[in-house]
Amino acid sequence: MSQQLLLQDIDEPGLHTLAVYERRGGYEALRKALAMTRQEVLSELEASGLRGRGGAGFQMGKKVSFLPHGAIERYLVCNADESEPGTFKDRELVQKTPHMLIEGIVIAAYAAEASRAFIYIRGEYVLQADVLDSAVAEAHAAGYLGEDILGSGHSLSLVVHRGAGAYICGEETGLLDSLEGKRGNPRLKPPFPANQGLYQGPTLINNVETLATVPAIMRMGGAEYAKLGVETSTGTKVVSVSGHVQRPGNYEIELGIPSREIIYGLAGGPPEGRAIKCWFPGGSSAPVLTAEDLDVPYDFDSLAHAGSMLGSGAIIVVDDSTPILDVAMKVAKFYRHESCGKCTPCREGTNWTVTMLERIDRGEATPMDLDIITSVCDHIIGNCLCVLGDAMAMPIASMVAKFRPELEAHMQAAHERALPPAAAPAGGGGGFA
Amino acid sequence: MSGGGEGEKRMRAGQGGWDRPAEREKRGASIPDPASTPVPAALRERIESAMALYPDARSAAIPALHAAQEVHGWCSPEAIAQVACVMAVTPAYLDSLATFYDMLETAPAGRHSVYVCTNISCSLRGADELLAAVEEAAAADPDVRVRSFECLGACDIAPMASVDGVYVGPLTPQDVPELLADLRAGRAIMPERQLARRLVADQRANSREFPPPPPQGEGAPTSAERDGAHASEERQP
Ligand SMILES: Cc1cc2nc3c(=O)[nH]c(=O)nc-3n(C[C@H](O)[C@H](O)[C@H](O)COP(=O)(O)O)c2cc1C
Ligand code: SF4
Ligand code: FES
Repeated sequence: MSQQLLLQDIDEPGLHTLAVYERRGGYEALRKALAMTRQEVLSELEASGLRGRGGAGFQMGKKVSFLPHGAIERYLVCNADESEPGTFKDRELVQKTPHMLIEGIVIAAYAAEASRAFIYIRGEYVLQADVLDSAVAEAHAAGYLGEDILGSGHSLSLVVHRGAGAYICGEETGLLDSLEGKRGNPRLKPPFPANQGLYQGPTLINNVETLATVPAIMRMGGAEYAKLGVETSTGTKVVSVSGHVQRPGNYEIELGIPSREIIYGLAGGPPEGRAIKCWFPGGSSAPVLTAEDLDVPYDFDSLAHAGSMLGSGAIIVVDDSTPILDVAMKVAKFYRHESCGKCTPCREGTNWTVTMLERIDRGEATPMDLDIITSVCDHIIGNCLCVLGDAMAMPIASMVAKFRPELEAHMQAAHERALPPAAAPAGGGGGFA
Repeated sequence: MSGGGEGEKRMRAGQGGWDRPAEREKRGASIPDPASTPVPAALRERIESAMALYPDARSAAIPALHAAQEVHGWCSPEAIAQVACVMAVTPAYLDSLATFYDMLETAPAGRHSVYVCTNISCSLRGADELLAAVEEAAAADPDVRVRSFECLGACDIAPMASVDGVYVGPLTPQDVPELLADLRAGRAIMPERQLARRLVADQRANSREFPPPPPQGEGAPTSAERDGAHASEERQP
């Protein structure tokens, strides 16, 4: 029996209002936390083993502990930019259970000694931002936000900030620049946001789902939470499944279950009569896996071991009706469009990768172009300010490595189509340089 | 448009490098003079209250541009000047933002916007055909701005579109006439297909059956009223 910590009865009418949330025991975790010392709350978070749900999978409790103490203003920023292709879990949480997120933010801010918090939500999420605005107002009126929360001495202001459409603002330092009113260009790290983040102050940045999990951890206790999932990937995770599956949507799973159970068992697998060609386990930035990898346990380390990553927890399934080149082209074009342009390997590499993929499709490429694509990807990885460049290079390189025969056949067929009928080679075959 | 997008356009235009020669004689605009820059009172008030929310007022730049775009339809030179005046920053500073962010329009846009997602999960389910159908149906209508957009975070209703900020899907090319009719008539957009109404996919989440939430949109009509409206439309010659 799987635990539903985040999605339990999420469609209950009125859950987005304070009254219904409180009736279900909402904000009791906050009362419990405020009765403890900051250090005790932090210990619970550390004991839970909760790893960040936004992409990098860094332990949340550890991140909180990195914030320096002393008489400086500390900030908490909730990353609700959710723009990784395939990802839509934060949207469902924010829209339907905004108070769970707010409660998590107040508890985390207490542990981090932050007195100002911001939720950076992507501008396209109009409904969700409106829901958050009303929820924040309600929480404020009820004394869960503002000065001296529930008489604890802890104060917190919370502002909902709407972005304006840029994937790169999901990257934490790009987000900070954007929140400061600038173009969302990532910053050089270190310094990390925990030391110098928003307005140069120590800043805790966490994803929506990470923060929304905090109330459950306070209720259960960190040690109890850590019993869910597997040793290095504790707890439950909301997985967004999309693409060629019969029941796309959000599913809450215990980390470590076989990927097949999610793709086939929960989401229904590809349409009747089709087979899985490949799947992205963690958003379009993750290297693709194939049908052979369906038994890999769905957790951070097992997916990394299989050569990919859990990322944002977005599974995109591609069945055998789609040419792999089309998939590669969509992915590469997205990162080309979203590159902020600051680093040469990313700005130029994403552009040239798209150009080369288009050449394959037009029949102008040779098999050597595949080697060039691989080498371009190699030169991007690890050589940029942020990992947006890597986020294109990793999946593209994986597609070239795993589907090379298909790509070569694609270029051969396109090449023959492009030739005038009389000039078409009789035997076909490779090496048409 | 983000940086890469701009570069991409220049590459395609075969211009490479700089897209315009430097205008050596031209001086950069300074912060607009309040005496000669009238700002609508409601807009000024929205910008000023946004500025008050942050330790550094400059954080309000994007919310302020959003607000000005609502008034002017796009980030026109006039809109930029008004924001620059209230925030006491240069127009160039705000231009640098308007050209970076996809939702800020740097050219006149229609009264309505339709963002069709053409990213991976939507395209696997027919988004490119959907975009073509929407573009064709709205081609002659200057009021409707159609754009292909990156993943809008609703791949569970793929292929989908955001119509004046309201998410609808899954959509087929056959749905386009109804969608545009709703948009032009100022009705709630395809209420039955709105994301707002969708229940969570995980069957184990809800312990009981819950009704779907109401759709978005002003005075969203009941389905009976909707059918009535359609019937009367059909009666027109
Ligand atoms: C290009 C890029 C885009 C990202 N987009 C998001 C995003 O939309 N949402 C998110 O929570 N994290 C995103 N991240 C990860 C953040 O940088 C950061 O690791 C995360 O917000 C930390 O929160 P967590 O520890 O709770 O996961 C992105 C990272 C990169 C490099
Ligand atoms: S890697 Fe790409 S997106 Fe990231 S900072 Fe460099 S150019 Fe910008
Ligand atoms: S790919 Fe279209 S909403 Fe995600």
